[in-house]
This record gives sequence, C-alpha cells and structure tokens, in this order.
Amino acid sequence: MGFQVTKDGDITLVEVEGQLIVGNRQELKQKVLEHLEGGDRKFVIDFSNTGYIDSSGLGVLVSLSKKIRERGGELRLSSLNEDLRTLFELTKLDTLFRIADTKEQALEGF
Amino acid sequence: MTDPASWPTGREIVLELPTDLGSIEHAVEYVIDRCEACANYAHRFKFNFRVSLAEALSNAMMYGNGFDPEKRVRVEVTVRDGAVTARITDQGCGFDPSCVPDPTAPENLLKVGGRGLFLMRNLLDEVRFNDQGNSITLILKLEEASGLEGGVQA
Repeated sequence: MGFQVTKDGDITLVEVEGQLIVGNRQELKQKVLEHLEGGDRKFVIDFSNTGYIDSSGLGVLVSLSKKIRERGGELRLSSLNEDLRTLFELTKLDTLFRIADTKEQALEGF
Repeated sequence: MTDPASWPTGREIVLELPTDLGSIEHAVEYVIDRCEACANYAHRFKFNFRVSLAEALSNAMMYGNGFDPEKRVRVEVTVRDGAVTARITDQGCGFDPSCVPDPTAPENLLKVGGRGLFLMRNLLDEVRFNDQGNSITLILKLEEASGLEGGVQA
C-alpha cells in the first residue's frame, strides 16, 4: 500500500496502490502538497491498483482539488473501477472531478 | 486488537479494538477473511461491507471516542439467516444521526467530511443506531435477491 509519484512532462502523476483510507490519506495529501508548493499545477491521481476508497479518502481528494484550484491548477482522476466509480456517483463527487477511463486518457491533452 | 473472544456458533466474531486509526485496516481484513471462510459470499459483501465496516470503525474512533487512546471500540459480527450483521460500539456519549446533513446537497459537496454515514446507508440494506447513538448496527443481506445485488448501487 502506498503512493508512487512520477512526472510526465509538467504533469504530476500519483498512483494509489492498495487503498486510500483514513490511515494513509495524510500521506497522499502531503505528497501532493509538496509538489504543489514546488510549483506543479497539473495533477493526475490514478486508481488502477486501488482496492477501495473510504469517505476520508474521498474527503482528501476534495481538499486537494480545492487547494490545487486555488493555485490555478487542476486535479484529474483516472482508472476508477466500477465500484469506485459508483462511490463517486453516489456522493456526486463525479460532478467535481474530471474522471478519465485510463491514465493515458487523463494525461492526454492536459 | 485481540483475537475473537468466541465463535459460539462458528459464525460470530467479537473484537475489542484500541482507538487507533491504524488498526482499522487490519481489523476489517480480519473480519472479511473470517467471514469468507464461512461461505462464498457475493461481491457486495467484499466491497460494500468492507467499506461500511471501515467507515463505522473510523467514525467510532474519531467522533465517538474522540481519538482517546484510553477508549475502545467493540465489534460484533454475526452471519445468520442470510445476512451479515456488524454492531460497532464506541465509548463516547453518542450523537443524533438524524442531524447529519446530506453530503450530496450543493452546499455540502465541497466539504471534506460528512460522507461516512451516507455511504453506509447507501451500501447496506439497513443501518440502525441505539438510543444513545454510540452503537451502530450494519446489516447486509447475502441472498442473491438482495436489492444490492451486483455490488454497490445508487
């Protein structure tokens, strides 16, 4: 379980491995904010290898999205499986985020 | 986390957890693994119940016990009559679940918190509280005819 951070041009890609839950949400937040403070403005968080997200995980995504937007940037999400996508739809957070089917689609045209 | 105090029918798990957010994942995995050993349950058990149990535990530790490491959370899971039932009890003073605002309301969408109970109510067949509001009971039917067939549903 962890977060892999890589760069694709000027895009910061964070891959969530395992779960995004109350126990590790602060780690994700810290990693993204470090890059935001460092000047990065384009972020993709990919969930190809994510089992589940709890409400704290959803909350940290909302928080990060707000902070990135405040700096003139954007946070995109990608590769939500059917269960995870339904969580976003249930909570209507699918209306807050641009969600791509794949990591590649999220990176394209960013 | 302690081992199950008992499995009187071979289908019950009782855990006493410390107020430690780091223990949630381990406890959830433990419960899921032990329940899966009883029967080949549906996908919604593995996802809906897993997420809901984690939500209930984090709520109990954060809001119920107020992160007080001296307080504990009791978890009682029973598989019986075609349903899995989990009762999670904290040592806080309780709350009124009817006062929790709708997190999908436009004015609440950008709030960081407040989605846990909403998710539980949408992922499970039934969610109950005791009168004090410090104990929540999660019920998920395991029959194929459950309204939640196929995993999560809106």
